[in-house]
Amino acid sequence: MIDEKILKTAKQTIVEQKKDPAVELVQKALSDGIDGMELLTEGFIPGINEVGDQFGRGTLFLPELVQAADVMKAVTDLINASLPSQDGPQEKGKLVIATVKGDVHDIGKCIVVSLMQANGYTVFDLGRDVDTERIVEVAIKEDVQVIGTSALLTTTMVRQKELEEALKSAGIRDKVRTIVGGAPVTARWAAKIGADAFAEDAQDGIAKVRELLGA
Amino acid sequence: MLIIGELINASRKAIANHIENQDANTIQAVARDELNAGADYIDVNAGVFVGKEPEYLKWLVETIQAAVEAPCCIDSPDPAAIETALAVHKGTAMINSISLEKDRYDKLMPIVAGTDFKVVALCMSDDGMPETVEDRMAIAEKLIDGLLKNNVKLENIYVDPLVQPLSVNNTFGVEFLDAIEKIMATFKGIHTVCGLSNISYGLPNRMFLNQLFMVMAIAKGLDGAIVNPLDKRMMANIIGAETLAGKDEFCANYLSAYRAKRFEL
Repeated sequence: MIDEKILKTAKQTIVEQKKDPAVELVQKALSDGIDGMELLTEGFIPGINEVGDQFGRGTLFLPELVQAADVMKAVTDLINASLPSQDGPQEKGKLVIATVKGDVHDIGKCIVVSLMQANGYTVFDLGRDVDTERIVEVAIKEDVQVIGTSALLTTTMVRQKELEEALKSAGIRDKVRTIVGGAPVTARWAAKIGADAFAEDAQDGIAKVRELLGA
Repeated sequence: MLIIGELINASRKAIANHIENQDANTIQAVARDELNAGADYIDVNAGVFVGKEPEYLKWLVETIQAAVEAPCCIDSPDPAAIETALAVHKGTAMINSISLEKDRYDKLMPIVAGTDFKVVALCMSDDGMPETVEDRMAIAEKLIDGLLKNNVKLENIYVDPLVQPLSVNNTFGVEFLDAIEKIMATFKGIHTVCGLSNISYGLPNRMFLNQLFMVMAIAKGLDGAIVNPLDKRMMANIIGAETLAGKDEFCANYLSAYRAKRFEL
């Protein structure tokens, strides 16, 4: 059991987005022989969850969410690097994320990627303007559970529909869950094209992935 | 300052419902309010209706122009939708927008070539969204050059340097502002325009930040804006900032706005 005070401080560094103290805390804990995985799951992850809750309630804002995800990434990288390689980092789930073909808007998509990583998911970020075939290809190759696509234009939303069909043709539609997002995208659109979920923003995306994976 | 009223946009839920219900009275009332509040153009956007966008965009133009004498700003990335709307449009329309994204550029250019339409030239390319002044200038130069070669007059070009959220990168505001200044200085006689509410995305008190950012952009030379003209403080800021920036001879606009009680907020 890790000292309650250490766990609380770990959580605080995420909620208050304090990178240097967070990194120092991890380094000291590891050199003191504290279990990194336990520090992550009992300290830092409750922190990023708290950030998500506060963002949802409107008491923390996007720049703070982005920064908290950045601190989370720093501590996760440190802890993962300290684990004996046969243990490997715990896998919560694998995702492919992309902005669809013909669309180069990727600010939102990048926030989603960093938040997913901060929440412990393994993300294959294919970038922007990505061919539907490539999304399917990587989904198969990496054996992902979830595919998230972003479309910011009414003219590129149709690529999300195209993806649904491509997944069926490839015979893997029942093996993956799909999430759609982007400014013009709605829950109604998701239902219409047969996507499994719609995410309003990055934090909602986390909630939806959790629901879909039960993790 | 050219004011484009942004309210008739189907990404707003209430408007989407009015469009679907073909509620002409309400749409006309919104257009009338925008015009009375100082809008020069009424933006029309039916983008959320995939497949039905051309039909709805056309309906919006007809409905609005049956009630008010104002040109529309046809807001769509889809050339088919734009052409359908233009076919019924009276007066000189504004097209929002062409960009350097190849597909959009190739399809929109024939529509605007050799016309008197006002054209929004959005600083965006297949290489992604510009972040710095240099990124924006590189795109703007190519777009302007292409438009001029296709016989669009310089004074009909409204460059939109693309506002990106400060939430993501704290230099996004200043890079945008400096791009406005550089575009206006490099291409004498051209215009700049933007929908600037993106600047405050993800932050609280968005209206406050938008109103301030407008003043800063006007100081750099911005002379077109896609805004909510019913936001009285925003409109007051625009009038005041233009006067302060030396765009208002004998302060005539300022004084007439004062007499019309536009500063009584």
